[in-house]
Amino acid sequence: MSTTTTQVGAIARRSVVRTSRQPASIIPPLVFPVALMAVNAGGLRSSTDLPGFPTDSFLAFALAVPFIQGALFSTMNAGTEIARDVQTGFINRLSLTALRDWALLTGQLAGIVVLGVVQVVFYLVVGLTAGVRFESGPAGIAVLLVYGAVVALAFGALGAWLAYRTGSGETIQALFPVLFVFLFISSMNAPRNLIGVDWFRIAATLNPVSYMIECVRSLIITGWDWQALALGFGFVIVLGVISFALASRALRTRMTRT
Amino acid sequence: MEPSNGIEVEGLVREYKKGPRAVDGIDLSVAPGEIYGFLGPNGAGKSTTVHVLTTLLPPTAGTALVAGYDVVKDGPKIRGLIGVALQEAALDPLLTARDHLRLQATLQSVPKAERSARAEELLHRVGLVDDADRKVSGYSGGMKRRLDLALALVHSPRILFLDEPTTGLDPQSRTDIWNEVALMRREAGVTVFLTTQYLEEADVLADRVGIIDSGKIVAEGTPAELKAEIGRPSVHAIPRSEDDRPKIADFLAQFGEPLASTRDVAVRLRDGLGLTDIVRAVDANGVDVVDLELRAPTLDDVFLAKTGRTLEGAAEEAQTTGQEKRQR
Repeated sequence: MSTTTTQVGAIARRSVVRTSRQPASIIPPLVFPVALMAVNAGGLRSSTDLPGFPTDSFLAFALAVPFIQGALFSTMNAGTEIARDVQTGFINRLSLTALRDWALLTGQLAGIVVLGVVQVVFYLVVGLTAGVRFESGPAGIAVLLVYGAVVALAFGALGAWLAYRTGSGETIQALFPVLFVFLFISSMNAPRNLIGVDWFRIAATLNPVSYMIECVRSLIITGWDWQALALGFGFVIVLGVISFALASRALRTRMTRT
Repeated sequence: MEPSNGIEVEGLVREYKKGPRAVDGIDLSVAPGEIYGFLGPNGAGKSTTVHVLTTLLPPTAGTALVAGYDVVKDGPKIRGLIGVALQEAALDPLLTARDHLRLQATLQSVPKAERSARAEELLHRVGLVDDADRKVSGYSGGMKRRLDLALALVHSPRILFLDEPTTGLDPQSRTDIWNEVALMRREAGVTVFLTTQYLEEADVLADRVGIIDSGKIVAEGTPAELKAEIGRPSVHAIPRSEDDRPKIADFLAQFGEPLASTRDVAVRLRDGLGLTDIVRAVDANGVDVVDLELRAPTLDDVFLAKTGRTLEGAAEEAQTTGQEKRQR
């Protein structure tokens, strides 16, 4: 194994070990999205009676939301963890080793991806246990796992950028509600074509989060909708590339070593 | 060419944006295998110097060679040859000592087959074997410092930078660290650059001492040389009553130059005088003192002679200046 791969693995391992030793970082991203989904599924069940609603099961419709909501939790957790390394000086300790800048970032993100995939598996198990049927079958579940990893990577890179840029866990946590606004002004609770309020429908249409949710949703309730998949993967990949570039730049500034 | 284990610094300057010159044109040279004590109060520029020499900060001007490599051009090479324990023992509270050592060994490219043995060896060496699998959040300050030292040694560095390694530690923990540093130099020939604000630490450990104040080196030499510059010992008298202080000060002034002291009345003795001369005079004149003590010059005396302040006073001054800046 190359030195860089070993370094990435060591940083990723630390990220996973740290998180596994903090129940407060594991339980909320698993429980809250599922709890919100259960509440919505109970309260909005009659939405499925609307003409043109794509499925008879609101639970199947709502199951896509935890995947994205969990990713938002990942953003916050990743950002807060990295900001703590900046605040405590741990990043100086890392700077004084042979660790390459991008290996540090990649390692931290790899740890986030591992945790993101664990979240996805949990949501999948909850959905399957509750009787949700995946129209895309086992291959769709595999694609969903990959998508979960890509989403965790993209949102994790966003959190990393904010952390390296600000060096403040408090700032990251203050930004969390802003990210949640994107989730709520999306197609999380209704298909866009059934949103009656014009401004909300337009905002949801302009909001990339809608396409991420619809990508996951298509695998659950539609089957293979290539357009939804392309848009969902496309937006996440663009977000990931931009965030990774910004995070790399911010990290270089933060690790001011010669 | 085999790189040396020394440090060579010429005209080193480090300026912060909108701030003072934290390091203001220092020259210093540390020989291979030497323990160099960098002594000064808070805010004197010690940590900034360490940050520049360990490649964490680029210098504003001047040159610095560490192990024969330029700190500006050869950062990665230098980082591979040095071990560093910075002022704040930046440890991860959720990791154990063993986790830390494993991570550090991997990042410092210690061969995989050697990592476990190296971690065990270092845990033994710093006395953390029994606590190796406990999370660092439960460690005392001394244990954290010892782990920090072990981490700095993981890759068997040639040069070790220790930035105030014993600040805030109890006397026993401080002595443990001193013993370990002395052992490393003795057994492995490691060069040690040690910053401290403790006179005793510099005196006990360092082969040579550089005294820094306001970013400038004001004195340099072996502790014995520096003290010899001051030369004459001082006599310290403790008055029986505070009211007697002026009278005793006047009386002692005939034997030498008065020294500033809040605890006692002190004079630096003129050449040729000794404690017996003072004792005889005190007896003959019926001067009422609780105690008389002859003291050899200390590094604090050196600091006082060079800067006009005691090290303790300079630290308080730096603290006050810092508070004023924060209030502004």
